[in-house]
Amino acid sequence: MKVLMLGWELPPHNSGGLGTACYQLCKALSHQKVDIEFVLPYEADHDIDFMKVSAALPQDISAVICSGIAYDSYKYVLADGSERWLNIHEQQRLYEHAVAKLVEEKEFDIVHAHDWLTFRAALRIKEERGCPIVLHVHSVESDRAGSGPGNPLVREIEEVALHLADKIIAVSQHTKRAIVRDYAIPADKIEVIHNSIGAADKAKLDSENSYHYLTAMKALGYKVVVNVGRLTIQKGLPNLLSAAQKVIAQDPKTLFLIVGSGEQYGELVEMAAKLGIGTNVLFADFQRGKRWRDAFAVGDLFVMPSVSEPFGLTPLEAIGYGTPVLITKQSGVSEVLQNCLKVDYWDIEEMANLITASLRSEPLRQELWQNAYAEYQQMSWDSASHKIRKLYDAHLTEAVA
Amino acid sequence: MTKAIVLYLHVHQPYRVRHYTVFDTAVSRHDYFEAEADDPASNELLLKKVAEKSYLPTNARLLEMLEQNPEFRLSLSITGTLIEQLERWSPESLESFKQLVATGRVEIVGETYHHSLAWFYSRPEFEMQVAMHKRKIEAVFGQTPAVFRNTELAYNNELAAWADQAGYKGILAEGWDPILGWRNSNYVYQPTGTENIRLLMRNYKLSDDIAFRFGDHDWAEWPLTADKFAHWLSEDKQATNFNLFMDYETFGEHQWEESGVFDFLVNLPKQWLKTKGHTFMTVSGAIEAFEPADEIGVPQTVTWADTERDLSAWLGNAMQASSISALYHLENKIMDSGDWSLIEDWRRLQTSDHFYYMCTKWFNDGDIHAHFSPYDTPYEAYINFMNAYRDLQYRLEIKHG
Repeated sequence: MKVLMLGWELPPHNSGGLGTACYQLCKALSHQKVDIEFVLPYEADHDIDFMKVSAALPQDISAVICSGIAYDSYKYVLADGSERWLNIHEQQRLYEHAVAKLVEEKEFDIVHAHDWLTFRAALRIKEERGCPIVLHVHSVESDRAGSGPGNPLVREIEEVALHLADKIIAVSQHTKRAIVRDYAIPADKIEVIHNSIGAADKAKLDSENSYHYLTAMKALGYKVVVNVGRLTIQKGLPNLLSAAQKVIAQDPKTLFLIVGSGEQYGELVEMAAKLGIGTNVLFADFQRGKRWRDAFAVGDLFVMPSVSEPFGLTPLEAIGYGTPVLITKQSGVSEVLQNCLKVDYWDIEEMANLITASLRSEPLRQELWQNAYAEYQQMSWDSASHKIRKLYDAHLTEAVA
Repeated sequence: MTKAIVLYLHVHQPYRVRHYTVFDTAVSRHDYFEAEADDPASNELLLKKVAEKSYLPTNARLLEMLEQNPEFRLSLSITGTLIEQLERWSPESLESFKQLVATGRVEIVGETYHHSLAWFYSRPEFEMQVAMHKRKIEAVFGQTPAVFRNTELAYNNELAAWADQAGYKGILAEGWDPILGWRNSNYVYQPTGTENIRLLMRNYKLSDDIAFRFGDHDWAEWPLTADKFAHWLSEDKQATNFNLFMDYETFGEHQWEESGVFDFLVNLPKQWLKTKGHTFMTVSGAIEAFEPADEIGVPQTVTWADTERDLSAWLGNAMQASSISALYHLENKIMDSGDWSLIEDWRRLQTSDHFYYMCTKWFNDGDIHAHFSPYDTPYEAYINFMNAYRDLQYRLEIKHG
């Protein structure tokens, strides 16, 4: 079976969970006798042997260079050598045209597209070629907006595409509910296939943690709370800082490590200062590789305070690196993870209560982590890939019939 | 030959700790057990619910059964923490228990007032709680317990020796196969190394047929009728006493009225007493009627819980073990303070249910432990408990430090 997969990013050139999820999912699918060609909007080296990775570059463009992460601007180098920076809307339109061009001569049975940036390209192929399209929703616009409906242009793309899709995959019940609520899509058209994590693929920690200051302070009796994620409204970090203030008032020897970048960066730094906890909150910017892994490992507790989180892989990464987690009830991952602390994103006092309680109790952290780790070790992408393979088969049979 | 059903029901409710946060700790509110009405741990709410669903309808039927069948008898154990709550929130339930006892065919079994595991942590505290319970039973029911049961039916040789010394004529334990070996529970036994005391062991198979499996439609024997049950008992030609020991709340709460459990209860004496020689006995009645068949030695503690039949559901993880030992660590200071409000709160925190709520053994399967817990997770149970503990410790230091 040949599947044309449309995606926006793959590791190591990813901004977060979307790229990781696509990578892991395709890897597991390749063991299900699925032949994948993955089409990205940029050219880069990927160390991938289980599928073909192509770049859909617009005509007259000789190179597309990511400036940072997928949601930032891309620099397009034109054939005549001039350069242009394009925003994300211009990019997704260019991607649509480039994909249409790229696939002209190709044969495939099904198109599987990940999130709104690739949905127009998928619709166009369906229009031109009549082949079934599966749209995989990792987040909807109202999730990303944090509160309120979000960008109307993006909503329009999502709405049209989801209505025309042959099948929709949602990464959680949370996301399925949002799709039904926001776009009035019939619930039976949407299958929930939870994201997962491959314990075996986890890169190992080495003996020395890169956060020297934090390890030194821990030796002096300080406790460390960690968050890793984009600094954007959806992630709920202002609430974490408000809770941090309450925690620090109880236990001054508490440090908060915030790893990530995004449009709220400046606002959050300023907020920490205004709350009078500037010395206790460390902003470490966006990190990859060892520093990314070490951030999870240095924590005594990982907190994901997201306002709305379609899935949320970072708590599972934290568990993999030895740290217990507190997550919001408004996250998809809370549907699959039992052994963790859960709180409503708006309940700052309870968030502070749970953080304080866990930092004060070694037995609590130990039990939480130990049992969560047992859950983590059971997780794999195999069951997700089985379900997707079945879904492909069902749609092909339907298409033939 | 005389054959008796020995029906013994354990009636208990703990004082659950409310949602008690770090911000309540060491300030002015020491009301750990006084939840708001919308807190799932509201003792008043839960007590009224169980009174309506279980205590009142069950006692009405038991009274009727006692009136209609002169041969019908049963035994009850009622904890001090429950009697207090009945006095406060459901005096009509307490009145109905008194009516049962007034028939002269209902025996009250002795235990710790606070349904605690004090036996394993402090002998003086244990003896104090047993004495408190005895005084309460005498005051409320005008009866002095002659047979003893320890919390959760936790039993070993040492406890049997203690109860023998204390003058009890009988003691109750789980009829667990590894202890019984080739023997079965349907006889009276004598505990190893004792003078006068007798041992009655729970027939867990027959007891759990009612307590756990009764409403299970997937069970091969469903639906269980009194007729069928009485027939099973008749098949054991040698047995003298069938010890059916279970939680009182089996009737109406664990097994709902809709399951037909009340009809089963009412019909049981009618069916069983049809055959000549068949009768019902209280625990003391069985001990007096039958000679011990053998000696039973139990060096390791056995309880009536879970497949392990040990204390691991209460003390098996680090949260449980550390919180209970921290609690008993306060004993000397608490007792020396002579402050009754501190002593009473300390005792209420000893109730074994608090530690049961912290059990993580089968949390992943969301089984029976979750069913009885007013908290979402074992971790939250621990957090509330530890905050209450810290507040108690704080009060002790401030007032008597």
